[in-house]
Amino acid sequence: MSWKFLRCLQNARFLKKNLETSLSVHRCVSVQYVPDTISAAHGETTRMNLVQAINNALDIALSTDPSAVLFGEDVAFGGVFRCSVELKDRYGRDRVFNTPLSEQGIVAFGIGVAAMGSTAIAEIQFADYIFPAFDQVVIPRGPHQAKGLLLSCIRDQNPCIFFEPKILYRSAIEEVPSGDYTIPIGQAEILLEGDDVTLIGYGTQIHVLREVANMAQEKFDVSCEVIDLRTILPWDEETVINSVKKTGRCIISHEAPITMGVAAEIAATIQDECFLNLEAPVMRICGYDTPFPHVFEAFYLPDKWRCLEAVKKIVNYG
Amino acid sequence: MALLGRFLSPRITKIIGSQARQLSTSSSRQNVDRPQFPGSRSEYSTKLEFIKPDDFKGIPVYRVMNAKGEILPGGLDPKLDKETVQKMYHSMTLLNTMDRILYESQRQGRISFYMTNYGEEGTHIGSAAACDPQDVVFGQYREAGVMMWRGFTLDQFMNQCYGNCEDIGKGRQMPVHYGSKDLNFVTISSTLATQMPQAAGSAYALKRAGKKLCVICYFGEGAASEGDAHAAFNFAATLECPIIFFCRNNGYAISTPTSDQYRGDGIASRGAGYGMDTIRVDGNDVFGVYNATKAAREMCVKEMRPVLIEAMTYRIGHHSTSDDSSTYRKKGEIMSWDDQSPIHRLRNYMENQGWWSDEQESAWKEKSKKKVMEAFARAEKRKKPNPEMLFTDVYDEMPPRIQKQMEFMKSHCTQFKEHYPFDDHVPMT
Repeated sequence: MSWKFLRCLQNARFLKKNLETSLSVHRCVSVQYVPDTISAAHGETTRMNLVQAINNALDIALSTDPSAVLFGEDVAFGGVFRCSVELKDRYGRDRVFNTPLSEQGIVAFGIGVAAMGSTAIAEIQFADYIFPAFDQVVIPRGPHQAKGLLLSCIRDQNPCIFFEPKILYRSAIEEVPSGDYTIPIGQAEILLEGDDVTLIGYGTQIHVLREVANMAQEKFDVSCEVIDLRTILPWDEETVINSVKKTGRCIISHEAPITMGVAAEIAATIQDECFLNLEAPVMRICGYDTPFPHVFEAFYLPDKWRCLEAVKKIVNYG
Repeated sequence: MALLGRFLSPRITKIIGSQARQLSTSSSRQNVDRPQFPGSRSEYSTKLEFIKPDDFKGIPVYRVMNAKGEILPGGLDPKLDKETVQKMYHSMTLLNTMDRILYESQRQGRISFYMTNYGEEGTHIGSAAACDPQDVVFGQYREAGVMMWRGFTLDQFMNQCYGNCEDIGKGRQMPVHYGSKDLNFVTISSTLATQMPQAAGSAYALKRAGKKLCVICYFGEGAASEGDAHAAFNFAATLECPIIFFCRNNGYAISTPTSDQYRGDGIASRGAGYGMDTIRVDGNDVFGVYNATKAAREMCVKEMRPVLIEAMTYRIGHHSTSDDSSTYRKKGEIMSWDDQSPIHRLRNYMENQGWWSDEQESAWKEKSKKKVMEAFARAEKRKKPNPEMLFTDVYDEMPPRIQKQMEFMKSHCTQFKEHYPFDDHVPMT
């Protein structure tokens, strides 16, 4: 059973015509997207943005599993973010269809479909609307990951929530393997190796952290290790612990509010497992404990400057 | 129309077709103006008139048999054979006997919780008998009779209530949260009405799989107030799911009478609003319930659409063992319903047919009580499951993080073993 949930962002419905813009067009804070490098082993690739990669993954999922159905609000005409474009025409209205406007209904309906052994791919238009039940939570950082992780979620035997960073829908473009492939759930990825500080994040924030690592190297000659968590639940403790044991310092960063955020869980585990290796307190650079604001977005987000300041503090601790 | 029709089910095409015909007829008349709004199909009116709920008579209660067990004039006797009727009676009374014994065992603290089915046995057995055993059941918690009919054994009931090592559910849920994959009965969970849109989803999957089966989804009139009930009705209707929504309207949701639950004409009056065929039935008349469910099932499976049945009944017992219903209703009220119970009614019918006698009754009472007591004793003797079962089945495979927590539990409990009830459980590995 698989769930596909989308993450909300202001103005995301009204994106500008030019698809290859930097993320700053849609956000008050500029983020540099760095395309993934695809190994030659994957074979033929196609240049795709995140929406196209999602659409492609759904296409493959529907074509390889005749029991799979895709449904949600406005999915039939292609979805408000165009993730399900053309799928209804290709697979029929009994496999790609609209539901009444009810998130509780969509999720429960999906549970029912899955209870019969069929594959349910439910879309929640905006992630802000629902958290009824979840076992696994997965967030990709770009098109290549989005396709591989989504296919893993759809085929996994456990219910899964798949969050799509909407800011990356059209702005993140890279080569994506054309064929069928999966990226394992529950495994983090070390994006940059480093010795002084471990930086942990997921989704769009990974791109912030990657830039922070570069800045830290240039400005302070500090070597950062950047870890993309990819799976929030169940998360990859081993990769994180090994990294912190090596560096002795750790900063965790996410957009969500700090109190009871994912970072709290990771920080508690790190102090439990790496106590003797830690040379500074684990730091959390997150959203503030307020609702997500409109005009104050630039002040709210844990941007590269906030993260960079944290790096400076953590290496000078004591 | 032909092109459009390819994408639409025959039923929708029919509606659109008839609308199109009406439109062309009216436009041929002079200056007849008809509403063109996509959201409704009706005519204009210049009368400022509100639709009042009192404008409609209440939906009638369908029944075929009176309290004396006589088939009423004009009532359709389903003409079930003696064997089937006796099985119905056996199931209802065996459930009643099991209820009495497990209720008492909870009072003695031998199980933690129980919910009886008193007064509602007819709704369970009548509807279960009308369904195909392969039809999928989603229940609330007061539908043990459906499982009894399908062959859930007394041992299986007892094992679940005791949460012992033979329990299919591995002792994880509270008593009466039964489930059986073999009997196509989806495991009960406590959150009210969540099963309803799930049931619609399962019905959709059955339809796509080309099975000539339906889903039957039971719920109480209290649960029908949940948002999930609305989602379920609307999804089932718009997505054309073969599902019977079976509402047990027993007058109370714990202490809350129906007058505090809704102001419309029960649950049945909501059916038409969602575009569902609906019937209200006497829940104490097992044949009335049987006929209604059988007809509903045929509509579901043949026409691939939902049907709503509201079975009117009365909750004779307390809500649960955590409830004393005498604090909110009078004893006399309950007594009057006891006489009308579905069990008495079916017994009268059987006696009228010459299929049952006082001797048979006392012999069966003796036998059923003995069967229940034996299963009870067996369940009580069995150990509780291995404590490691606490960690399995959270996911299909145990993630390292949970594995670690399990290892911690094991080493901790072994170290402090005198403080933990190891003797009650199957040993850990």
